[in-house]
Amino acid sequence: MSRFNPYGDSSGGSSLAIAGADFAILAGDTRHSTGFSIDSRDQSQIADLGDGLFLTSNGFSADAKQLVDDLRTQIKWYHHNNNDHKLSISAAARTTMMLLYGKRFFPYYVNPIMIGMADDGTGAVYSFDPLGSYDREPSRAAGHASELLMPFLDNQVTFANQLDPQTGEPRKRLDLDLQTAVDLVKDAFTGAAERQVQVGDTLEIVILTKDGVDRQYYDLRRD
Amino acid sequence: MAGLSFDNYRRNKSLEASGVLPPKTTSTGTTIVGCKFNGGVILSADTRATAGMVVADKNCLKLHRLAPNIWCAGAGTASDNDKVTELESSQLEIHSQWTGRAPRVVTALTHLKQHLFKYQGHVGAYLIIAGVDVTGSHLFSLHAHGSTDVGPYLALGSGSMAALSVLESKWKEDLTKEEAMELCSEAIMAGVFNDLASGSNVDLCVIEKGKPSRLHRGYKQPNQRLQKQRNYNFDIGTTSYFEAGSEVFYISKQSDLETSAMEVDQVS
Repeated sequence: MSRFNPYGDSSGGSSLAIAGADFAILAGDTRHSTGFSIDSRDQSQIADLGDGLFLTSNGFSADAKQLVDDLRTQIKWYHHNNNDHKLSISAAARTTMMLLYGKRFFPYYVNPIMIGMADDGTGAVYSFDPLGSYDREPSRAAGHASELLMPFLDNQVTFANQLDPQTGEPRKRLDLDLQTAVDLVKDAFTGAAERQVQVGDTLEIVILTKDGVDRQYYDLRRD
Repeated sequence: MAGLSFDNYRRNKSLEASGVLPPKTTSTGTTIVGCKFNGGVILSADTRATAGMVVADKNCLKLHRLAPNIWCAGAGTASDNDKVTELESSQLEIHSQWTGRAPRVVTALTHLKQHLFKYQGHVGAYLIIAGVDVTGSHLFSLHAHGSTDVGPYLALGSGSMAALSVLESKWKEDLTKEEAMELCSEAIMAGVFNDLASGSNVDLCVIEKGKPSRLHRGYKQPNQRLQKQRNYNFDIGTTSYFEAGSEVFYISKQSDLETSAMEVDQVS
């Protein structure tokens, strides 16, 4: 006797975020797939929540979409109740946690990543698990290629387990400049597209600075 | 003991029942096609091998030579394809030396289907067999359970629906060699771009009457790796270690050095 399974396997590829001293980057590929078939080569997975907040949620796409709708509703009510006051990213992150944990026993099958500029002007990356456990981090990858992307970020963004040859001390994490961070994102995704069949088509990068939002697109392999 | 070993069959069954999953085999999760033209026959394949959703090999060769005039393309379990084609090419060589004739395509087909039927589908080889012999040019497909098909154009593998969509819409009778090469590579490309288990390059083999077979390795290469933005060399001294040192080993007898690499084969 088989039971109805509410979760499907339709999913976006992978996403990745890096926080800098005065910027935050959120990137994702635009391939959407179910099983071994491509549903779309041009499906953005980066949602603009307003208030300078951007979100990706990798996992089951229908749940990802519903989470975005939930968050937009929350933000709209926050504006109604607080004279259009801008929702800070720390508050938005806590709201996301409340939404996710609110479905503790019928969870959204998603791994969300949120970026924005923090109150002190620094770039912020918040990542969540499907039940709402969350943290602010220097970098994070999620989705099908997260196992490929995350070790690369550990190595190139946080310099994990590396020594400074001059001093012999653990290598200090420098604040990346924007161009380096964007180059890392491109190399991470071209690399992931080589080995993960669900990653490909186009790379979409959202760059957040004090001056505003910049969206960039780069071709990935389409096979 | 000749044949395959089933020693661990019952143990693996009970492990599976207790929730220990077997390891993933490398699948060629493939697009392969074959197409006849008015002077011979063409085989074509993509070059991606996968283990689940991870690309195991970006440029593997799925076209196998069974005899100088008979080739086959394989989909399904990579190891089964490699072994079954290797075995068959040896058998055909022996057979052609014994008979003093060039082997026929039906000989390869019949022998392979008998082998695969014997193993009831557990040898996961799905083949398209093509070649020319004294009776003309031939194109067959062969499934792992032993069934065979004949046709002027055939496709197999996870990308076969994509490939067939091209073949069904563009194939016509009396194709020239160049037309057939174009059609086959286009059919493979449909699989490469639309089936996630197929990818990378297109290999193509032309088998013509009265000419040596020609393998075009990397006939189309539509998915070249882009230049990296940065280089990722590490300075010497980046990796930490507890201590550096060296040890000296003395070898008492020359024979200690001559441990045969094939030692494992000598165990009966």
